[in-house]
Amino acid sequence: MFTAIFASVEAGFIYAIMALGVYLSFRILDFPDLTVDGSFVTGAAVAAVLIINGTNPFIASFVALLAGFVAGCITGLLHTKGKINPLLSGILMMIALYSINLRIMGKSNVPLLQEESVITILTDWWQKIGIDEMIENALISMKLVDFVPKTWAIVVLMALLVIIIKILIDQFLKTEIGLALRATGDNKRMITSFSANTDVLTIFGLGLSNALVAFSGALVAQYGGFSDVGMGIGMIIIGLASVIIGEALFGANSIARATLAVIGGAIVYRIVVTLALRVQFLETGDVKLITAFIVIAALILPQFIASQNEKRRKKLKSQRRGEHVATAQTDYKSI
Amino acid sequence: MLQLKQITKVFNEGTVDEKVALHSIDLTLAPGDFVTIIGSNGAGKSTLMNIISGRLFPDTGSVLINGKDVTEMCEHQRARYIGRVFQDPLVGTAPNMTIEENLALAYGRTRKRTLQFGVTKKRREFFKETLETLQLGLEHRLNAKVGLLSGGERQALSLLMATFTNPDLLLLDEHTAALDPARAELITELTKNIVEKAKLTTLMVTHNMEQALKLGNRLIMMDGGQIIFEASGKEKEKLTVEKLLQEFQRIRGSQFTSDRVVLV
Ligand SMILES: Nc1ncnc2c1ncn2[C@@H]1O[C@H](COP(=O)(O)OP(=O)(O)OP(=O)(O)O)[C@@H](O)[C@H]1O
Ligand SMILES: [Mg+2]
Repeated sequence: MFTAIFASVEAGFIYAIMALGVYLSFRILDFPDLTVDGSFVTGAAVAAVLIINGTNPFIASFVALLAGFVAGCITGLLHTKGKINPLLSGILMMIALYSINLRIMGKSNVPLLQEESVITILTDWWQKIGIDEMIENALISMKLVDFVPKTWAIVVLMALLVIIIKILIDQFLKTEIGLALRATGDNKRMITSFSANTDVLTIFGLGLSNALVAFSGALVAQYGGFSDVGMGIGMIIIGLASVIIGEALFGANSIARATLAVIGGAIVYRIVVTLALRVQFLETGDVKLITAFIVIAALILPQFIASQNEKRRKKLKSQRRGEHVATAQTDYKSI
Repeated sequence: MLQLKQITKVFNEGTVDEKVALHSIDLTLAPGDFVTIIGSNGAGKSTLMNIISGRLFPDTGSVLINGKDVTEMCEHQRARYIGRVFQDPLVGTAPNMTIEENLALAYGRTRKRTLQFGVTKKRREFFKETLETLQLGLEHRLNAKVGLLSGGERQALSLLMATFTNPDLLLLDEHTAALDPARAELITELTKNIVEKAKLTTLMVTHNMEQALKLGNRLIMMDGGQIIFEASGKEKEKLTVEKLLQEFQRIRGSQFTSDRVVLV
């Protein structure tokens, strides 16, 4: 049980990078970008093929990030220069990427289990410093012996990586270019009248978003030990689920808060899915269905709770008014 | 400062809906000119403003700003020379961003945007000082989202954002029309002060004849895509609403019609 949750937290951090990308397109640019399903796999495919051909996994992951950037930029070009509607631009790119990803990999599945990867390198390095033993000893002395994960390397290092990416995004969105990017999503006419080229900003923003998505895909491939042409199906919904769950649970008052919420949402999503799959009658194939349910719940529950609160507030108010009227009447009688 | 030469604009040319919105318009603004434009519905006032700002392109004719031909320049490039306030208070500001972020966006109008922080300590001080001139207390709400402001406050902020970087040309298209009379009065007053203080070259469309007479040193009346009447300096000061209406009737032989015109 704990092992399963521990693994979902690990995965949660890696998928959080993808969710941050989705946050950039959906929330910052206000652009429902479906490229994600394709660019996630592009990242995985590029990294996998490079690694198999002997490239350093870190460099391979970085190239994957660049590939995602290019994919996002093309979606942006389709929309801004080709005047194609945002949803359609994304879908077209997603479809095109499916074939491109197959071309990159040469087959539909590239196994990576025998290869050195970012994950294995980091784990080896981590175990050499011996932090695992320290934590393990601490846990044993705290009598928590029934839960000892294989290594803390991935959880800690991926958390660190995600936090660094989050801070970079937060800071970037405060720069002059970052502010203009946000304004592009908020009020295009306004920012155009203040001499910003919204086309360029949209293209760049989508590039950035898909760069993160592809980078996440590269890490997921190395974490899972394979790249598969179908691994991106429904990725956009998982990203959205993370954003929506995060915002519902942790709030989104400021950018810094929102990005933190998105990371939290990505982890919560993984945990919920893991727990759901432990239910007897659900199978691995039901994951997408579960995801759909989670998103629907995350969208409906906050509204429901808000309306319930509102009802309670109104009831309280009318009750109080009733009391006032009652006392006023008795006052009147006593005169 | 601004030169319009023989501007013509036809919408839906060659169809039954063909509409000549502007018919060879010539107009020259000297530096510091404050021109108010009045005219009936569909006279072509907004079209003229949109052609100057680059939102629309003329069929024939050219637009020069500071002697530079900007006819082919697109909207965002031209914005380096132009400050604008729109009729709808929602258009001029970014609602989900804070007051200081909005000011930072406006501050970037004249310069190349970089990876420097948009709001620095020094700039925040400057923004505060600028906001104080509005006397709406906005300087204490730098971190409030602009979407929370009232229409009047938003329009005041838009006006400030359009002007505090001293544009070569200021375009105001009925920027008080969506406000209630008290708020409109406030924005009119602010417009007067800001334009006078910075000596901005300004073009202002209004349906309020009083406002058109009160503000500026020149007045233009438009109808059917043409400038049909012009007055400036002493001549403009002597004008009254009645005289304007008479003038319109004399030239056009019909009543001045507008759904929003304010006579008194
Ligand atoms: N995009 C467009 N397509 C077709 N016709 C247009 C378009 N924009 C404006 N027109 C027409 O051109 C004419 C001038 O319009 P414009 O908006 O410039 O008038 P206006 O003087 O600003 O009027 P108002 O006082 O009502 O704001 C109108 O007859 C209008 O219907
Ligand atoms: Mg108009």
